[in-house]
Amino acid sequence: MDVLMLSRLQFAAATFFHFLFVPLTLGLSVLIAVMETRYVRTGDEQYLKMAKFWGRIFLINFAIGVVTGITLEFQFGTNWARYSRYVGDIFGSLLAIEATAAFFLESTFVAVWALGWNRLSAKAHAVTIWLVALAGNLSAVWILMANAWMQHPVGYTIRNGRAELTDFMAVVTQPFAWHTIVHTVGAAYILSGFFVMAVSAYHLLRRRHVAFFTRSFRMAAAFSLIFSVAVVIQGHLHGSEVAKVQPAKLAAMESLWETRSGAPQFLFSLPDEAGERNRVEIGAIPNLLSLLAYHSPDAEVKGLKAFPPDERPPVTLTFFAFRTMIALGFLFPLLAFWAWLRRNRLLESPRLLKVLMFALPLPYLAAQAGWVVAEVGRQPWVVYGVMKTSDAVSPIAAQQVAVSLAAFVLVYSLLGAAAFYLIGRHARRGPEPSAVES
Amino acid sequence: MLESIWFVLWGVLWAVYFMLDGFDLGLGTLMPVIARNDTERRIVYNAAGPFWDGNEVWLIAAGGVTFAAFPHTYAVMFSGLYSALMLILFALIFRGVAFEFRGKIESPAWRRFWDGCLVVGSFLPAFLFGVAFANLFQGIPIDGEGVYRGTLFTLLNPYGLLGGLLFLCLFLVHGCVWLAVKTEGKLHQRAARFAKTLWAVLAVVAAGFFVATWFATRLYMNYIKNPLLFSIPIVVIPAATVASLLAVRYFVGKGAWWKAWFASATTIVGATFFGLAGLYPNLIPSTLNPTYSMTIYNSASSTLTLKIMLGVALIFVPLAIAYQVWTYRLFRHKVTEADLAYEEAY
Repeated sequence: MDVLMLSRLQFAAATFFHFLFVPLTLGLSVLIAVMETRYVRTGDEQYLKMAKFWGRIFLINFAIGVVTGITLEFQFGTNWARYSRYVGDIFGSLLAIEATAAFFLESTFVAVWALGWNRLSAKAHAVTIWLVALAGNLSAVWILMANAWMQHPVGYTIRNGRAELTDFMAVVTQPFAWHTIVHTVGAAYILSGFFVMAVSAYHLLRRRHVAFFTRSFRMAAAFSLIFSVAVVIQGHLHGSEVAKVQPAKLAAMESLWETRSGAPQFLFSLPDEAGERNRVEIGAIPNLLSLLAYHSPDAEVKGLKAFPPDERPPVTLTFFAFRTMIALGFLFPLLAFWAWLRRNRLLESPRLLKVLMFALPLPYLAAQAGWVVAEVGRQPWVVYGVMKTSDAVSPIAAQQVAVSLAAFVLVYSLLGAAAFYLIGRHARRGPEPSAVES
Repeated sequence: MLESIWFVLWGVLWAVYFMLDGFDLGLGTLMPVIARNDTERRIVYNAAGPFWDGNEVWLIAAGGVTFAAFPHTYAVMFSGLYSALMLILFALIFRGVAFEFRGKIESPAWRRFWDGCLVVGSFLPAFLFGVAFANLFQGIPIDGEGVYRGTLFTLLNPYGLLGGLLFLCLFLVHGCVWLAVKTEGKLHQRAARFAKTLWAVLAVVAAGFFVATWFATRLYMNYIKNPLLFSIPIVVIPAATVASLLAVRYFVGKGAWWKAWFASATTIVGATFFGLAGLYPNLIPSTLNPTYSMTIYNSASSTLTLKIMLGVALIFVPLAIAYQVWTYRLFRHKVTEADLAYEEAY
């Protein structure tokens, strides 16, 4: 394999792994902040116990999210040197702002929160978890803004053989960025809500710590319901934005080959990339795709054939990732609604509890599928319409990258296994103060 | 002018990173010899516990600012030093996780494994950052396209290795002094003893490095060539570095641990600036041809980006310093066995 393919695999592996842990950090910090605030307001010790129990899981998850994030920042330089040189003026600034304005705050206060229980007043301590939650989510804002600029570059001009910033406000206010931010952070909140519900369901099914986990579950159910509905609605608008600025990606998401007005939506289809067609197309709903993408039943939707073959993203992968995300995206509000309806009769609802316990991997799958749509669907561009991925790679030896890729896969598998083992162990043990730590 | 301001800021971020993460890297490296049982090892973890993560963000900030202010240098530096940097990153991954995972399972084998990760994960970055920066001081073989024409072993030349040793010794002393600040009793006495011995080694290595720099690099030439520009740095930086190095020993002898720590921190900052000021206006000198060098002029971002980022840095870096200082004050107490009983302790 060449440097390009190896570097792409390495970046994909690193991002995939990093993003297994980031969503829970984003959402769980907010939930813990709410729990601790309620403790401060009411003095109810149960909320304090909740903040501590979920906090312990949060910290394990956070540690691995941090260390895998560091490698991502440096990989732009190690593996994508030409990209870094070409767009550092804009992209690099956004990463640097993330580090100085958000990540400092998060990393400093997460330690204060974890170790400062008896050094700060209850109120001041609750403030620190809000700072962690705020800073974590601000980090996401800046990183996703940088990503959105790769998807839809604005506010720049090509000068001195590179992209130079001309309008900072255009970069930070563009709708594409804010769609990406709301969508991704919303998905992270759904994942966190489902995580808390799944762990709570596990204990409720065993009738353990019933009051504790009922309360956790109810909070998470409301949280999940709000954000899963919001993400469905917003996801639709996000899709229209993609249709407008990344028509080739939209065509790949839908596996639409021919450009047509009043394009239908197929309930089921099967792409045939080599034959530039779909092998199967079943269940056409007339005009629906045009309506969804452009809010007009007769709008013209560009097909993949409207783009030269070397400017089309991989269709099959994008298509199936998109379908997976959409199917799960519609499932989550239904499950959350069901959970919310039964919130006062959880012990009499073993079926709901079982379903939610086993549903735990689904939001993870949806989040990863979303990344595949965003990133694979952007190919062959690294910066949409400006720079191809193949022109972005570092002038380095393939052998070096092969070794580091192997190391990434090995190390990340080991760490991932250890992290999930520890999280699972703490989650199963429940809120009793564990003997290990005394 | 803007480029020069960014050169200074760039240097400050790296220097502060070495100054802060230096003590926990040094402490992690020393752990197997300085901590003799599980209780002492846990005290070592907890002495660095509230700080290491915040310290490491300075690396992210230094990397991020290199990317934002000097993207071409960022591209050349990190792709050129690919293998060295990957080693550092993997080391930092294991080290960071060791803090969080070690205490979670009460099994001697599990703990030994993470202790091993802490030691290797602290030693490698301490040493390799020294190797990398010494190589920047003397220049690396980059061609006109910014492509690195060497291997990992090119970096492991005598001067590079000496730089690695210098950083290692600086961080070991820094770590011992920190441990002395944070502990009492036997562990404190051992830290004090180690600090004295290691300081003697450091003094020899530092003197060797100053001399070797004359032969291996053009840093002094650069000082001499620009007498006007460097009339202050040429006197102040090396003098301050040497003075603070001596002050470390003086305060260690008197048992004034906080003062010794600040002196040690100043030594690290001074050593970093001694090298970086000698590079100016280069960021990465090329050994193949001086015209291939990465300078603050040919690798800087646009004026607009530099201005915006200057605003960002001037607001958020002082803010970060303020709340980190507050954290250091909050956790300034000595770590005792009683602290280990605390349920969230490492």
